[in-house]
Amino acid sequence: MELIVRMFQYPFIQRAAIVGVLVSLCAALLGVCLVLKRYSMIGDGLSHVSFGALSIAMALGIAPLYLSIPIVIIAAFFLLRIQENGTMKSDSAIAVVSSSSLAIGITVTALTSGINTDVSSYMFGSILVMTDEDVVLSVLLSVIVLILYVVCYQKIFAVTFDENFARASGVRTRLYNLLISILTAVTIVLGMRMMGAMLISSLIIFPALISMRLQKSFRGVVICSAIVSVVTFLVGLTASFLFSTPTGASVVIVNLIVLLLVSLIQHLRQNA
Amino acid sequence: MLIECKNASFGYENQIYVSHVNFTMNEGDYICVLGENGSGKSTLMKGLLGLIRPYEGTVAYGPSVTGQTIGYLPQKTVAQKDFPATVREVVLSGCLSRRGFLPFWSREDKMRADKQMERLKVKNLEKECFRDLSGGQQQRVLLARALCATEHLLLLDEPTTGLDPSVTRELYDLLRELNRDDHTAILMVSHDIENALCDASQVLHMEKEMLFFGTTEEYRESAVGKEFFRKSGAGRREMTWN
Repeated sequence: MELIVRMFQYPFIQRAAIVGVLVSLCAALLGVCLVLKRYSMIGDGLSHVSFGALSIAMALGIAPLYLSIPIVIIAAFFLLRIQENGTMKSDSAIAVVSSSSLAIGITVTALTSGINTDVSSYMFGSILVMTDEDVVLSVLLSVIVLILYVVCYQKIFAVTFDENFARASGVRTRLYNLLISILTAVTIVLGMRMMGAMLISSLIIFPALISMRLQKSFRGVVICSAIVSVVTFLVGLTASFLFSTPTGASVVIVNLIVLLLVSLIQHLRQNA
Repeated sequence: MLIECKNASFGYENQIYVSHVNFTMNEGDYICVLGENGSGKSTLMKGLLGLIRPYEGTVAYGPSVTGQTIGYLPQKTVAQKDFPATVREVVLSGCLSRRGFLPFWSREDKMRADKQMERLKVKNLEKECFRDLSGGQQQRVLLARALCATEHLLLLDEPTTGLDPSVTRELYDLLRELNRDDHTAILMVSHDIENALCDASQVLHMEKEMLFFGTTEEYRESAVGKEFFRKSGAGRREMTWN
């Protein structure tokens, strides 16, 4: 307990906790839709695009968030279009986009500053890189994501459960798909600094997978994901402070442990 | 008049899959859309729902089909196999078409959902998870959802796929009741010719284009109908032998 109090006296931990909780919340809520719509890989693809955008922003000396948010939103829009049109197999399209942006990012960095600790912190996350300005922007955007999600909840449910039915009853499904992917793009960019490009998609997928095993209703799954994501984030943050491990990796490991435990319990219960 | 197709053609990506569809659907009609696999039945369905626009011709809707409020029973999607949602949540989502921007369900919506669940005898399953239900129960839940959208017009896309014969019979009985007692107009895509023709008042036969539209009696006498009967009868016998 004393330790936790001491931990939260560090301003960088405070910043990480605020941003982390909000981003985990957004990621968990959106994650439920993405996992159910079989769009989980979009999250992964977008995080790589985000890495490429960050590297370019660094090379140009622009504040990273201002450049990467629009780029990632555009990428989200195109990935979604590919998925809808079925012109190219969407999983291979995402793989193409991911590896290309990773390659562009690394090349740009190598040509300008060389591969250094900054790049490594973008790949695997760091809680030290966050400035106060980042925190304000993150809080603002996360709150917008949360409000939009709550306001559009019923439509998001309909679009996720049965897109054709929703369209037949006059819901503008394209618009809501676009909304979901824009919100995901924003969430990924915000969370990437802390979690790292390689690990951010876990924030989207794990809580949804865990809650789907525990809950029967959509609302239950959404609420449970929100709780799971915040709790696992805080436990992960504490663990990373205690054992001086990278924050992103610690959060993912906590999530993995919870998922394994839940799966084990579910398995035992089914066999009993 | 509920739906009127005038020389309509539908397709995707600049390719026409269904052409020259001419028919009028009136209140209380029960139309069965027949045709073999790949004959464009599902494309026609999408066109009628307004999910795709006609390339040629027109699709007009009657005054009681306001906006796009059509009760629709789609084919099952992959996502639904492990989707965590209660029966109540699924049925309520049918009320979506009649509401504006409000984020929560009104009392009226909830009463409507209750009424439809009771009518389709799924009220006792209200809190159950949709994915855990049997195929027949799932179809009844989806039917309740469609009826929440509207009671005037139901479009069903192969509703009996994957159901066992007794459950199939139950579903047909239910549809007949809806059509007879509540005057709900029904348009059903089916390949189950014998069952479907017992109840339907009219038949629309598709084979890339509309080959036949008329009453069920006329269809039984027509060349198209006789041919299709012969083929599907032969097809079924082969299937049972295997």
